Amino acid sequence: MIEQKVVTPEQLFFEAEREEQFITGSEAIREAIKSANVDMAISYPITPQSESMHLVGDIFAEGYIKEYFRGENEFAVMSSVAGAAMAGVRVFTATGGPGTLRAFEMFPTWSGSRLPIVCAFMTRGINSPLTIQPDTLEMAYMLDTGMLMLHAENGQDLYDMVLKAFVIAEKPDVHVPVGVFADGFFVTHTRDKVNIAPADMKLPSYNPNCAPVPAMDMETVPFRQMRDPFVMKSNFISYAAHASWQQEILAAAERARKYIDSLLGGLIEVENEDADILIIASGTAVSQSREAIQQAKSEGLSVGLVKIKSLRPFPTEQIRRLAAKAKAVIIPEFNRVGWLCREVKTAVDDTTKVVGAPRVFGGMTMPPQLIVDEIRRCANE
Amino acid sequence: MSKKTSIRMSGLGGQGVVTAAHILGNAAFKDGLVSTVNPFFGAEKRLAPAESYVRIDTQSIYERGEVLFPNVIMIFHPHVITMGKCYTMPFFDGLQENGIIIANSEEVPQLGDDDLAKLARLNAKLYYFSATQVALDVGGTELASNMAMLGALLGVKPLVSSKSMKEALMERFGGGRFVASGTTAALDDELKGKYEKISELIEQNMEVMEAAGSAVKEFVI
Repeated sequence: MIEQKVVTPEQLFFEAEREEQFITGSEAIREAIKSANVDMAISYPITPQSESMHLVGDIFAEGYIKEYFRGENEFAVMSSVAGAAMAGVRVFTATGGPGTLRAFEMFPTWSGSRLPIVCAFMTRGINSPLTIQPDTLEMAYMLDTGMLMLHAENGQDLYDMVLKAFVIAEKPDVHVPVGVFADGFFVTHTRDKVNIAPADMKLPSYNPNCAPVPAMDMETVPFRQMRDPFVMKSNFISYAAHASWQQEILAAAERARKYIDSLLGGLIEVENEDADILIIASGTAVSQSREAIQQAKSEGLSVGLVKIKSLRPFPTEQIRRLAAKAKAVIIPEFNRVGWLCREVKTAVDDTTKVVGAPRVFGGMTMPPQLIVDEIRRCANE
Repeated sequence: MSKKTSIRMSGLGGQGVVTAAHILGNAAFKDGLVSTVNPFFGAEKRLAPAESYVRIDTQSIYERGEVLFPNVIMIFHPHVITMGKCYTMPFFDGLQENGIIIANSEEVPQLGDDDLAKLARLNAKLYYFSATQVALDVGGTELASNMAMLGALLGVKPLVSSKSMKEALMERFGGGRFVASGTTAALDDELKGKYEKISELIEQNMEVMEAAGSAVKEFVI
């Protein structure tokens, strides 16, 4: 193994001197995992994720990770990752698009088993027709798995979120899996400046003794339920246990808010919040919005921006408060269904001011001009 | 005021469109400019359409994905024009006023009267030359065609310094840090096999770039 100095998360995230590198999102994953003190990583290729886990394989060869192998498909990978986490080691994997759906049964299983797995999702379109291009549709399916969900805008976010995800996931009062989402190609294949902490520093190792549930043991509750599941009893206690267990997972996600606040600086980032028109977005739709806001400014239009970094837990209260002051709320999205628009509509008091547009999908780029069109329309109403 | 230059490179899989963008963007980064680079392609295979995009500015660049409104369009193969092997139709869709087109083509690129009229209205400049021939004559391999295209670009519009260009080339081919996909790695190996030493590869490619800069011809629209 490579010699690295164990430092506190705060030292690694906030104090260590960083080096500016011109790298892709996939390379940002490699750099994050170098410092994440990961015990085990399991991979299965799918564009646009393949390079990320390929690069993680390279650093396994260099001695940054104890164990690495390729699974037989995404479902097998996510199951193997669950096994490793149950046994008490820190694991990492990544997938995207159809791979996410192929593995889907495992995501609520991870949450239900209170496994602090970190998985990166490099989003792409879902079949059919077949596409490898960016589209955030898969995130709609992930919203109710019990996993925490962070959405990266760029390579810098991806690097920081992956590292911080381990710390958040492993807090004893949280201890649920975290998905870090990045838009395929727009982040994974885009070369940009990313500030990286020194690779000779790493996070403290995972301490499975701090888990709220014991490492898997067939004789100890609750994991005895694997051998002796609630369903076999089919009595009142078993149903009540199941119901309260699910509530506890939602409560765990709620308890993550304070850690997201302290480590990521909040679930949202807001610019110019007093503007009449507000754009609410996540991922690279935020970047396109920044460009649109600059153009609108040159036309004398003042527009605010809310970047959502955490989708689970969702910043419900903040969104409700911000939207209350605005005349119109524009939600640009890289998917057909408009899942972020739905989320925002459940949070705000007056849904009539929410504009679910523009939506660009199937792998196309969102021209900032389309967002400017919506801004002009709202300004003229 | 933003001085952003947006470049769209359209070519065919295997021609080095992605590599050219990477080297140009990295050179801009080394010159202290702000740059983002990203490729777009479908299933990775030779001769399939492949595009890459380079944005260079003196201030932060937020916009992601395809360059929809380019200042410069680089056409690596005539099929981009004649067979629609690109992600926009026509290939110069979105070209900005006073925009530049550089085509790897022995002949004047085949453009209809309508297209020429549109380009004239944009006050566009059209340059062409056989990048492939320059690569063969000077570099000894057509695999250097993408370097010839970069040379032509710098001949027409000196966006980055030749010193940074050389450093970026060195980093791409000289070090062990670059990870390429299987097909790109195979082409890298073939390219490296053409030269005795990496230093020779770098020098020859720099010469290809220089020769291309003076080989490019303007077609007056």
